[in-house]
Amino acid sequence: MRREISFFLNGSEVKVAAMDHMRLIDILRDTLNLTGTKEGCGEGECGACTVIVDGQAVNSCLYPVFEVEGKKVVTIEGLQEPENRLSLLQQAFVNSGAIQCGFCTPGMILSAKALLDSNPNPTEAQIRDALQGNLCRCTGYVQIIEAVKKAAINIRDSE
Amino acid sequence: MNNFSHIGKKVSRPDGADKAAGRALYIQDLTRPGMLYGKIKFSEFPHARIKNIDTSKAERLPGVKAVITAYNTPEIRIGFLRDNFALKKDKVRQYRDEVAAVAAIDPEIAEEAADQIEVEYEPLPGIFSPEEAMKEGAPLIHEVDPRGRERTNNILPLKFHHESGDLESGKQATKFVVQGQYSTPLVQQSCMGTAGCIAEFDMNNNLTLWAKTQIPFLAQRDFNRALNDMGLRGKNTRIIIPALGGGFGTGLDTHAYEYIAILLAYRTGHPVKILYTRDEEFSYLSPRQSSQTKINQGCDAKGKLTFRSVDVLQDNGAYTSWGATYPSVMMLPATSLYRVSNVYFDAKLVYTNNTYCQAMRGYGNPEHCWALESNMDELAEQAGFDPYEFRLINSNKPNETTPMGLKISTCGLEESLKSVAKKLDWAKKHGKGKQRGVGMASLIHVGGGGRIYRSDASGLILKLDDFGNVNVYHGGVEMGQGLHAVLTLAVAESLGVRPDKVFINPTDTGTCPWDVGTHASRGSFMAGNTAILAAKKLRSQIFRLAEDVFPEEVHKNLKKHKTKNPDYEPPEFDVREAATEERFELKDGFIFLKDAPDEPWLRLELGRFLRTIHFRDQGQMLTAEVFYDPPNERPDFEKGLGNISSTYVFGTQGAEVEVDTETGEVKILRMAAAHDVGKVLDPEGLRGQIYGALAQGIGYALYEELQTKNGKIQNTNFRDYKIPTIQELDFPIDLEFIETNDSFGPFGAKGVAEPGLVPTAPAIANAIYDAVGVRIPDLPITPEKVLSALKNLNKQTEKRRTAK
Repeated sequence: MRREISFFLNGSEVKVAAMDHMRLIDILRDTLNLTGTKEGCGEGECGACTVIVDGQAVNSCLYPVFEVEGKKVVTIEGLQEPENRLSLLQQAFVNSGAIQCGFCTPGMILSAKALLDSNPNPTEAQIRDALQGNLCRCTGYVQIIEAVKKAAINIRDSE
Repeated sequence: MNNFSHIGKKVSRPDGADKAAGRALYIQDLTRPGMLYGKIKFSEFPHARIKNIDTSKAERLPGVKAVITAYNTPEIRIGFLRDNFALKKDKVRQYRDEVAAVAAIDPEIAEEAADQIEVEYEPLPGIFSPEEAMKEGAPLIHEVDPRGRERTNNILPLKFHHESGDLESGKQATKFVVQGQYSTPLVQQSCMGTAGCIAEFDMNNNLTLWAKTQIPFLAQRDFNRALNDMGLRGKNTRIIIPALGGGFGTGLDTHAYEYIAILLAYRTGHPVKILYTRDEEFSYLSPRQSSQTKINQGCDAKGKLTFRSVDVLQDNGAYTSWGATYPSVMMLPATSLYRVSNVYFDAKLVYTNNTYCQAMRGYGNPEHCWALESNMDELAEQAGFDPYEFRLINSNKPNETTPMGLKISTCGLEESLKSVAKKLDWAKKHGKGKQRGVGMASLIHVGGGGRIYRSDASGLILKLDDFGNVNVYHGGVEMGQGLHAVLTLAVAESLGVRPDKVFINPTDTGTCPWDVGTHASRGSFMAGNTAILAAKKLRSQIFRLAEDVFPEEVHKNLKKHKTKNPDYEPPEFDVREAATEERFELKDGFIFLKDAPDEPWLRLELGRFLRTIHFRDQGQMLTAEVFYDPPNERPDFEKGLGNISSTYVFGTQGAEVEVDTETGEVKILRMAAAHDVGKVLDPEGLRGQIYGALAQGIGYALYEELQTKNGKIQNTNFRDYKIPTIQELDFPIDLEFIETNDSFGPFGAKGVAEPGLVPTAPAIANAIYDAVGVRIPDLPITPEKVLSALKNLNKQTEKRRTAK
């Protein structure tokens, strides 16, 4: 069945028509053409499709679209600053060599953002816990952890 | 020589920001106007005759634009031996055989239509191991070869063989000998971005294919041949590479799904996209080959290797890809890792009804290194040597030629062995037991291209514009490994411009010069060498033209400078006299004279120089093109002889592990890795290559395995097929790069994309043996295998005790 749904996406309210069987990722990628959210498995196993819903990192491939009604959604497109500047977290990923093929990167960054938003000074174990649902086949994760640590410092310093 | 401006300095990869912003476009993100979605119907039997295909229901579904089978399309033969077909006729030989395909207006309709295709089969007996396949009277997987000649057995017509020295006299000089048999499993490359393509014809029936490939130009050749088979004689394919969600070898062949997209696009007159789901990627994309290796090698009383004999048996699956040629790389370590003079190597490849396989990072080397480096430890123990010392005794050295004819130029093996021993605190930790142990393993690999094809070449075009920008056209493929970062650095360094003035154009067969493919760790080596050669050409053009242009332009500079600074007295310097081509230099985008006084007006910005030569009478613009074929040989693989690469890389990895004897669980406490890289070009990128490969090596060592049942892959998702997560990599990795400054390498560098996973598994296995005294010959080393080996060990100890 087709219904209208409204939620907040990257700070702005959006109203879209959705079908019952649709997942959040379908609305983001297909309806709204926000292709920064990647689909790596469609089964909630790889984390490439991670977005933030009301502060929590979730797999948008498992998230029924109607559950997003009235909620605040942040996708990778929402992190970018004006005039094509990266956020400090994104910049830390670039500077640390934490990006290779880049397919896992948006999801990885959003999981890290959900962590840093709630815990600005995480331990390495907490970083691992927060990113354990995000698979990366390229990097071996070492520089990803370095990036999150560096971002935490840079974000704290900027405040 | 080592005074580099950009090489070895920290730099952000050019695609990093877009990837961090989610703005890089992968095949998943691309659409074309009017695009249809293709879906493939795969076989439901491992071996069966196709009796009938009923497509009528699928054709009636609204939204379906075409349903194709081998019976209503031209035959397209594919694969390394051309023993495969885009769509299968008469018979299926593996579960994943493509029997039909549909194109529809959306992916859901396409999927439903594919489901509604009904295929009637007559099952045939299946063969699921190479041993069965070689038995007398075994059913034939292929009744005829691609030329239509009758086949009498299931052994592939590919020979990989080497004999050097004298095995018998080697054996006579032997004091200690160890024979072992080792195996490696099927492994999925597990690219985060699944496979897919878009095929589109224009109204002249020329094809554009957006492809997830690592071999755009060999793919162009394959697809042009297919166009010919389709009756489109002389038509061309243009291949455009989007951002790739990983490669790891999956792009070294052209795939049936690509030909099917082409057939569907031609039939419907619309662009057609085929994109694999994760389940399809696991089930229907060729994995890394499994292997079985028998090694028999010996040493004398001093620990010197006296002979080595290797037999490889490879389950080829039902068809033959480039990946079947793994033994061409296995030969390298077999003949050339450590000094050994009497060598026998033979590989047999056999058809079965299992999935056919393809390349994955390392290409036969991890498989062989697993066997060889496990066996080296066993032999060291037999002969009473510390395995580290044993390796040092037999280590390769610079400037030597190996039995295969590999001409080793630089060699950092000794340094890498010593580095790892030091990092692991070897002397203190080895041989102590108590469930903790250390182990190491080494590698040799190609580092200066790898001539497995007639040409090992690569081209590069540098095009300068009016603004001092350098537009780069190169046929190598960026798949995440950082090729474009290295290319940027190499161009900036060798031309003398800032990296932000270098723009890498997308890889496109229509605009880029030919390149054999991004494989064999050759990307950086080729990109660097072509960049150096092209920059040299441009610099000599610039400096020649500068003889006229420079004095005039700096004279204008001086006039301006004097207007601003009326009291300025220029130093005595005759620019016109000094301006000869050999005295010019270009650095950071400025042309100047090497021995001129350091005055701001005595420099000419490159963009201004280029505009000056462009807009004067008979103006010109500067472009340089080079085509570089490295100095190496295409080996005779039947004899196992030939210097396949212009230089070779070496490295050693070590592990310290703890083994839980109750559960069989292996915990890695730390790892050390020392790699001879020639020269560090992009430090962050290089670290990432080794860490990432090492992580794949850990998966290979401890848990990755595609399980098959009667030829059907069972674990087709990341729940059941585990790759390392961030939780598994929770130990320190101590990394060291050994710079041997190879004269063949660009700036001294050698290729290092693959080596990081080659010795990981045997290093871990050797550490496990050191910890608890059990050797697991078959990867992966699961807790069950460790536990059962521990039980056997206990039984043996018990027996020995009671016997006493």
